[in-house]
Amino acid sequence: MSTSTLASRIGRPLWPAREWWWRRQRRIAPYIFISPFFILFLIFGLYPVIYSFVLSFTKGFGFEERSFAGLTNYIHMFSDERFGMAMRNTTIYALGSIVLIGGVSLLLALAINSRLVPWKGFFRTAFFFPVLTSEVVVFVIAARILDEQYGLLNFALSKVNLGPVAWLTDPKIVMLSIVLIGLWTWTGINALYWMAGLNAIDNDYYEAAAIDGAGRWQSFRYITLPLLRPIALFVVLQAIIGSYNLFALPLLLTGGGPSDASLTVTLYIYNQGFQFFNVGYASAIAYVMTFFLLAVSAINIKFFGGWASPGE
Amino acid sequence: MAVVDKVVGSVRDIRVSLPRRWPGVVALVVVNLVLLVGVFVEVTPYLFMAFGAFKNNEEIFSSNLTLWPHEWTLGNMEALITGFPLARWMFNTAVVAVLGTAVAVLLASLAGFAFAKHDFRFKNVLLVIMLVTLLLPTQVLLVPQFQIMRAFDWFNTYQGLIVPRAVTAFGIILMRQYTLSVPNELLDAARVDGATEFRIWWRIVLPLVRPGVAVLGILTFLGLWNDFFWPLIITTDPDMFVMNLGIASLVGPYDFRYGMLLSGALLASLPVIAVFIFFQRQFVSGLTRGALK
Repeated sequence: MSTSTLASRIGRPLWPAREWWWRRQRRIAPYIFISPFFILFLIFGLYPVIYSFVLSFTKGFGFEERSFAGLTNYIHMFSDERFGMAMRNTTIYALGSIVLIGGVSLLLALAINSRLVPWKGFFRTAFFFPVLTSEVVVFVIAARILDEQYGLLNFALSKVNLGPVAWLTDPKIVMLSIVLIGLWTWTGINALYWMAGLNAIDNDYYEAAAIDGAGRWQSFRYITLPLLRPIALFVVLQAIIGSYNLFALPLLLTGGGPSDASLTVTLYIYNQGFQFFNVGYASAIAYVMTFFLLAVSAINIKFFGGWASPGE
Repeated sequence: MAVVDKVVGSVRDIRVSLPRRWPGVVALVVVNLVLLVGVFVEVTPYLFMAFGAFKNNEEIFSSNLTLWPHEWTLGNMEALITGFPLARWMFNTAVVAVLGTAVAVLLASLAGFAFAKHDFRFKNVLLVIMLVTLLLPTQVLLVPQFQIMRAFDWFNTYQGLIVPRAVTAFGIILMRQYTLSVPNELLDAARVDGATEFRIWWRIVLPLVRPGVAVLGILTFLGLWNDFFWPLIITTDPDMFVMNLGIASLVGPYDFRYGMLLSGALLASLPVIAVFIFFQRQFVSGLTRGALK
């Protein structure tokens, strides 16, 4: 930045066209700055949101020759057993990952953060790295681990005289398997969320509690846990959003089977919208799912009281 | 690894202190053992995939599994490279991830600058619209986006793979947040010096919001590299596949080409892990930032 003063700059002679532009560019600039983004956003963001809402009230296959159908699509969902299965499986995954991933990652974060553990960085990275792999890569890995005949897990179980377990072909077990795959993938990143929360707690609280004679458990129960609430909210919401995004894994691993036992909501949207081109129904499902997500988030925010993300 | 330490452990650095009494020693051993078992469980599946890429079929489908191949073979890689346009898939993935990230970051930063530091009509209305769309899952957009792709004739094109994914409300909100912290005095000083608004953005704002650029860049890069749904619905030509789609296309109904699958998965995951090693700090802070609200 040059050190010239305001007066000397204003006194600078400008030729008319340039002066005209100079005066206006500041006022026009913001519109120019937002326009590339907003033109694309209108086409690929806002229009689709509205158009799929409209579509959800129409019937017919493909995009041409659609006719108004009122609430038919929404009403159909109540009697659609496949949709029921998809909601059930998605909910199982959400609950399973809240309890398992949330719990395990909190314990992991507490362990790594404790005074007992050297090489904290090593442990963090080792648990964290699976989050870098795509769902397709996770599928390839999981296929080798969970295969009933040639999988590593059944091989390990056979060494202690257990199994074989039909991880992917038993309708009762398949969702558990997918939750376990989620546990493998997401524990590390969730532990990082918890750790960020733990590190943000001021040490003074613990010192004050210790002076007042609080034990370890008491300070954990009355200081750590309440102060981790915003993180808990974040972890729970991530788990729910994750359950609704579950797609490639069940598609490639089980095709949603056996007999829809691992069909998820997004997989069903794909199935209806892009395989049957029943686009009205697919849009209706997407909107019901949106409503569900918003409602769950609202309840969560009320329950946990307030929002924060671990990075703040 | 030390870098990860700096980010996550920055606020309160807890030093390891070795306990002097017996119960403490027992706890130390137990906690570390449990953690090591956890590491074993996390790392083994990935290594099993990685080494499996170099096993022949008999070994993959053997009743006595080992992590380390008895007989190393490059047969799977060879079959994958000669039988499929693997180089093309890799190139496509890199083009989509890198270009898409660049477009996303530049557009979001430019617009974020306008939202943070300028006044214009409908600013607040637009901001509210962005915040609302932030709450909507992408699944709502897919069907109409598919139709737009058809109208534009963008199937099997790079613009089709990149453009719809490069504009997210999240990016703009994030960049606005970072740009708010740029001091106004700096911008005014530049204006007095005769800099245009565009120049101010390019020379002052963009360098100052680098941490935000890193966060958004990494999240976008990771999302684009690992995306599967969008490429699946808009590419049908194997020459336009990204890695994920290419790997998935190896899964036939009758022949499960495991060796090639493993090789493909290894090749698809290695670049991201390499990028992670270079940008560890940004990755960790970017991913822990997660959602910004």
